[in-house]
Amino acid sequence: MPPGSLHCELGLTDQEYERICTTLGREPTPTELAMFSVEWSEHCGYPRSRSYLRRLPRTGKYAATVEGDAGGIEIEPGLLVLFKVESHNHPSQVEPKEGAATGVGGIIRDIFTMGARPIACLNSLRFGDLDEPLARHLLNGVVDGIQHYGNCVGVPTVAGEVYFHPCYRGNCLVNVMCVGTVKRERMVRAVAAGVGNAVMLVGSATGRDGIGGCSVLASHEFGENDEKRPTVQIGDPFTEKCLIEATLEALRTGAVVGLKDMGAAGITCTTAEMSAAGEVGMDLDLLLVPRREEGMASWEVVMSESQERMLACVEAGREEEVAAIFHKWGLHAVVIGRVTADGVLRMREGERTVAACPAQELASPPLYELPTQEPAYLKEAWDFDPATLAEPGDYGHVLLELLGSPNIASKEWVYQQYDHMVQVNTVVPPGLGCTVLRIKGTQKGIAVTTDCNSRYCYLDPYQGARLAVAEAARNVACAGAEPAAITDGLNFGNPDKPDRFWQFARTVEGLVDACTALRLPVVSGNVSFYNETPTGAIYPTPVVGMVGVLPDVDRHASAAFGQAGDRLVLLGTNTDELGGSEYLAVIHGLEKGRPPALDLEAEGRLHALLVAAIGQGLVSSAQDCAEGGLAVAIAECAVLGGIGAQAELPRAGGPAATLFGEGQGRVVLSLPEAAVASLLRLAGEQGVPAAVIGQVGGDHLRLQAGPARVDVPLPQLVAAYRGAIPCRMQ
Amino acid sequence: MPNFGVVVFPGSNCDHDCYHVAKHVVGEPTRFVWHEETDLAGLDCIVLPGGFTYGDYLRTGALARFSPVMGGGGGCGGAGGLVIGICNGFQILLEAGLLPGAMLRNVGQRFVCRYVHLRTEQPDTPFTRTLARGQVVRIPVAHGEGNYYADADTLAELEREGQVVFRYCEPDGRITPRANPNGSLGNIAGICNRERNVLGMMPHPERCSEPLLGSGDGRLVFDSIVGALRQ
Repeated sequence: MPPGSLHCELGLTDQEYERICTTLGREPTPTELAMFSVEWSEHCGYPRSRSYLRRLPRTGKYAATVEGDAGGIEIEPGLLVLFKVESHNHPSQVEPKEGAATGVGGIIRDIFTMGARPIACLNSLRFGDLDEPLARHLLNGVVDGIQHYGNCVGVPTVAGEVYFHPCYRGNCLVNVMCVGTVKRERMVRAVAAGVGNAVMLVGSATGRDGIGGCSVLASHEFGENDEKRPTVQIGDPFTEKCLIEATLEALRTGAVVGLKDMGAAGITCTTAEMSAAGEVGMDLDLLLVPRREEGMASWEVVMSESQERMLACVEAGREEEVAAIFHKWGLHAVVIGRVTADGVLRMREGERTVAACPAQELASPPLYELPTQEPAYLKEAWDFDPATLAEPGDYGHVLLELLGSPNIASKEWVYQQYDHMVQVNTVVPPGLGCTVLRIKGTQKGIAVTTDCNSRYCYLDPYQGARLAVAEAARNVACAGAEPAAITDGLNFGNPDKPDRFWQFARTVEGLVDACTALRLPVVSGNVSFYNETPTGAIYPTPVVGMVGVLPDVDRHASAAFGQAGDRLVLLGTNTDELGGSEYLAVIHGLEKGRPPALDLEAEGRLHALLVAAIGQGLVSSAQDCAEGGLAVAIAECAVLGGIGAQAELPRAGGPAATLFGEGQGRVVLSLPEAAVASLLRLAGEQGVPAAVIGQVGGDHLRLQAGPARVDVPLPQLVAAYRGAIPCRMQ
Repeated sequence: MPNFGVVVFPGSNCDHDCYHVAKHVVGEPTRFVWHEETDLAGLDCIVLPGGFTYGDYLRTGALARFSPVMGGGGGCGGAGGLVIGICNGFQILLEAGLLPGAMLRNVGQRFVCRYVHLRTEQPDTPFTRTLARGQVVRIPVAHGEGNYYADADTLAELEREGQVVFRYCEPDGRITPRANPNGSLGNIAGICNRERNVLGMMPHPERCSEPLLGSGDGRLVFDSIVGALRQ
């Protein structure tokens, strides 16, 4: 392979190739070139997005830790909750089961590599129209992969979201998030230090799987007739489970100086980044790497993305002690080299040097400022007046159609395949509103969610990003949790196209504004570009993974109505906003208008009110208004609680807007009549509009919106809501 | 003070949960038992927890049965102490021959994690003595292979000897196909051996032993064990 053409095949530009030659003072070896190509790829080094990501806020109400493979917040003195979201989009499109499974494995490793025990996984999934066989095949495979890996590894999959839209037809999104807990003194960093200390490879043997996964698969668009299957890795959750236990046990010895999980770019990435972080070098003999295949070339060994491997820097003299723990769990643990002082990452095969490059240089990819341009479609999409649409004839029928829209319908078919209870922390399970977990050994709990309405983001990426943050925060607040921090999974098209990059830039601005206003640090995240096919890019999809903190986990709320006779209270104000709504898309086939307005200051007051009211035990249920608006929100509470309700909705525009508009900052509470006065007083103090609009009871849902009336028997609502996905998947 | 021992096989993942409940909820002395241990002296109740021992490779429980702690297939429950196998632990007991029958894949071919209702068929075991005959409890399942199968003779013997301890049922106690989450013959959710000191059950009592988690019904199984051992 002549180096001159190899760099293009590996995804490096001519300029990047020249910089490598200048740095090394010679032409790179094929192994070195492979290493630079992965380290400088967008997937690993973020050369295109880094300058934007630096603007995201890193501080908030809770002390935040932002470093290494994941970040987190301190929820009690000395106790941290770490979390991160990551994408595995392209592998899942190519090979849905293995792609999703290895995504789960990778994000779990990101958490325990920092010394934390993984306590929960979430996932945010997007596919094409569920009425198409391809989407069903992908949903089936991805869910199978997540359940196969997550269930076996013993980390509950507790929350997430699933959306369907034609823009994801050829490029599904599989974003997975993991949450873990760790005592501060047990945290370990991804750093190599101490000249002479051992560099150990632990976990599985190394094979040819996943070579170039990050530079080839994740950093390019899907073309026509691509054959990319060999670049998808294969996961083994049993090995990962043993690796979790062995790693946490090994860390308790105190002999492990630093640790990093092998994800994208395997040995290259871990050795380069740990060396760079510690301002040291490493001298490694690749022949010592345990292999599962014969005849692997050195560049294959350093590029391999074989799963369930970690790189550990271990105190000299204590290698055997650490190795014994991994051996007990049936895992490899081999010293492959030593830490050196010269800052050079030197890879040998026995005596023959195959690569020798400055670690800092590998870990310092170029930084690009890409051009942006407002997309042409926006003006036309915004030029729209919902008032020109005819009101529907039967509002009850519309409600049933919306409840049966796969985007709104129950995801029970999905989450019942996930073990969402293992580790015995699940207080509010998936499907009942926002998931709540207790934190053992404390009185605290956390609420976790992922949220993004990518239709809003398509219509206005800046506003869509703000709305995603606000919705996630509102969701955890509805459980009684104080919104505390986020991780962001930023999924976009090809950044080299200025209209795509404009979407990315505006999204980051929106995240910065919303997180600053709500005092939410962005503790970790992931960027996935090149999510497009010859027919176009996906909608901009910034997935917001949120963690909220419940001061007292005994005081929490779900979305299910409780008792007959409970009063319904609407917090917030009904508005006449149908732009970008599920109603427009499902009933009128339109994706137009401006997404709803957002008052972040009012939003913050709403969250504070919810935390206070639920903390005081006033509330039976809380549900925010999202897709489908107020009518769908109330219907969901009724279905989940198995009891009807009747309400008169405050008018805002026409009946359709009143029932199905997606104005922000609204929450439906149910609460005992005796608690209503206290709640209204609390709302008054916080400056949150609150009005009693009806009550829980009966076996019908009866809503009045001006002249329009909805009256649907509960079993019909249940059938529409719970039947939509199973009946398509049969 | 009854002593609990929770066995840790490679791939067990409900070991910490069973430990948590026995130790911190029920409040009895509890320790982990590595699967290579053979000296179980001092332990009054051995818990084989749920999980995916050896990744469920080959068959569920098929490899774990060879672990030294299983005492060559009989030692674990041979001394007359109590043994409870939950989910994968039940599958291991079947593979080890400590309980009769076998597990097939769920009829729906999918993993299922949700609450189910169980009817107590046998209150006269050390595991169910705080329950009444016919009492319905709410306990979650989480498995892909919980479809209990045995040949007709074995099944008849289980029924005759009163070894069927729990059956999947409707909330009102009726035994119906709809209430069966996995296709088990006779809606069987849990069985014991003839000596009644070994219980296997697919549902997870440790997941519902604290009201905060949605049901306290699982606690009844642990309380039964403690009560039996204190006698």
